[in-house]
Amino acid sequence: MNWRYQIRGLGVAVATLLVVVACGSSGGGAGACTTAKTATSASACGGMDSLVAAAKAEGKLNIIAVPRDWANYGAIIDGFTAKYGIPITSDNPTGSSQDEVNAVQQLGTSSRAPDVLDIGTSVTLANLTLYAPYKVATWSDIPDNQKEPTGLWYQDYGGYMSVGYDSTKVPAVTSMQDLLGSAFKGKVALNGDPTKANAALNGVMMASLANGGTVDDISKGVDFFHQLKLKGNFVPVQATTATVKNGTTPVVFDWDYLSAQHGTDVPTWKVFVPANAILLDFYNQAVSKTAPHPAAARLWEEYLYSDEGQNLWLKGLARPVRMAAMTKSGKIDAAAAAALPVANGTPIRLSADQATAAKAYLASHWAAAIS
Amino acid sequence: MTAAGYPAVTGVGRPMVGGRRLSLTWLGAVPFLAYVGVFLFLPTLIIAVGAFFGEGGFTLSNFSNLSRSYIVTATVNSIILSAVTAVAGAVLGSVLTYAIATGNPKGVVRRIAVSASGVLAQFGGVTLAFAFFATIGPAGFVYLWAAQHHLDFYASGFWLYDLRGLEVVYLYFQIPLMVLVFLPAVDGIRPQWREATESLGGSSWHYWRYVAGPLLAPAFLGATLLLFANALSAYATAAALINQGGIILPLQISNAITSEVGLHEPGFAKAQAVVLIAIVAIVTALYGVLQRRTARWLQ
Repeated sequence: MNWRYQIRGLGVAVATLLVVVACGSSGGGAGACTTAKTATSASACGGMDSLVAAAKAEGKLNIIAVPRDWANYGAIIDGFTAKYGIPITSDNPTGSSQDEVNAVQQLGTSSRAPDVLDIGTSVTLANLTLYAPYKVATWSDIPDNQKEPTGLWYQDYGGYMSVGYDSTKVPAVTSMQDLLGSAFKGKVALNGDPTKANAALNGVMMASLANGGTVDDISKGVDFFHQLKLKGNFVPVQATTATVKNGTTPVVFDWDYLSAQHGTDVPTWKVFVPANAILLDFYNQAVSKTAPHPAAARLWEEYLYSDEGQNLWLKGLARPVRMAAMTKSGKIDAAAAAALPVANGTPIRLSADQATAAKAYLASHWAAAIS
Repeated sequence: MTAAGYPAVTGVGRPMVGGRRLSLTWLGAVPFLAYVGVFLFLPTLIIAVGAFFGEGGFTLSNFSNLSRSYIVTATVNSIILSAVTAVAGAVLGSVLTYAIATGNPKGVVRRIAVSASGVLAQFGGVTLAFAFFATIGPAGFVYLWAAQHHLDFYASGFWLYDLRGLEVVYLYFQIPLMVLVFLPAVDGIRPQWREATESLGGSSWHYWRYVAGPLLAPAFLGATLLLFANALSAYATAAALINQGGIILPLQISNAITSEVGLHEPGFAKAQAVVLIAIVAIVTALYGVLQRRTARWLQ
């Protein structure tokens, strides 16, 4: 594998040399960047044109665990390939954040290894040694508390925890207490197991906030799901597009931007964000230190954090991290912004310590609460 | 095993020949041994050794963590699920097998039953779970129809989503697997043996007790053991049907490997896998004892 990598490196170097020689005399053209592997910004790589040239020379990009119907990733993938002519290999689309990290560790520098990661916060913080620092051109638009100062990771898009429901199968949801009613018998599901999936953990936390708990105390949420279980309202099936479509999970706790996607299959799908429990969370981007296509990886980040990439996420009803800055500068897609689910109140985000306390509690109490 | 007979034949005077033949015989088994080594012993070794390591190096905590209440529950559930579906699958499967074997050997029914078993035995996983959602799940058409006709079989709770539901669903691949592995043994029973029993004045009970029963017992027990191991290691069906709470051990292992909320404990997952291996080892040992008993019974 090392050999193949070195040969590939040699190939890139030769190609680069040729480009540099070819462009050398004309002066105006940009050469392909040769130091993409360690470049911490596009300018450190000789500017955007140089980064684009190097990425095109690599000719490929590997991404992992991003379903096409997740936050509009399908359009983003197609947009990147159309713009730069670089095909994308999307591996294990339904994998978890931990699956992404496992792939980086197991595949090393092989040509199949993931180049970039899109991961939940706790997994991000637990694997800091795997990332190469990189700052996108729009770095200053990302709020300071949503990025690592040296560029190891940076938040990308997020949303509010919500309750999605099929309005033909259940009455309108106006508070969390409604879910305990007899009309919801065998209908309420989570997107995953909260001891395993970040979205489900936040679902339980939202239930806790709505039932008098605090961000430091998830026990009220566990009690709420225990009540759901006792009433026979809780369905332990993982909610997916298929289970929503066939009616097995007509009420689902999930991020609002993921839940809203069900509207394409179920036109009567509604998304409810409780006013007293607006729980916000972001995913994070990071470039793999052992990325087999280091220039393409960096170019992908530039694309995601460009106005175009950010607006594509917004069209998928996810809130991009540069939203505030782009609203100010007028670059935001106003129609897409207006389509976001309504939420009244102050959004709350879990700190790393609060998340740790919550998962410790869940590890020992969740299984008992719902069985 | 053939090598063991050699010294007696070659005698005391020519030990070299015996020795050389011994090594040649052994050579023939090399591909098999290599295969078993790479695909059975090596992974087992990696898991067994890995179970003793945590983030800070050597540790026994992975094994002490096995006493966590939810792991104990999952282990007990796994054993109950495997035992119930193995026994029920073996009994129902062998009845079906007997029906198939005593029918027309070239008949359409037999061919359909055997090929359907071949497909259904591999039908576990998300597809099987979804087939149940779509039929007898709370939103399934069979349930909705039954509920309209005052046959609400979920009146006392949604049993499809607990251990009872898993048992029913597992039987859908356990019974066909039993048919597949048990049919050759039942086919080996000759009708002439029954006729011989009858002509010697034996009853149907005598035939089953002294002829067919002893002949089929080892195959029956072996197939039951296979069903047990099959249910013990099944993962995808349960994961699709009951995503919450890690009701059985394979789901807990998955939680420990892939948790993205920071409950990622690969060493602990390996310790749980060691438990599964130990359960299969114990059951296999019991099977060995039972088989020796049935062998004695045969004499």
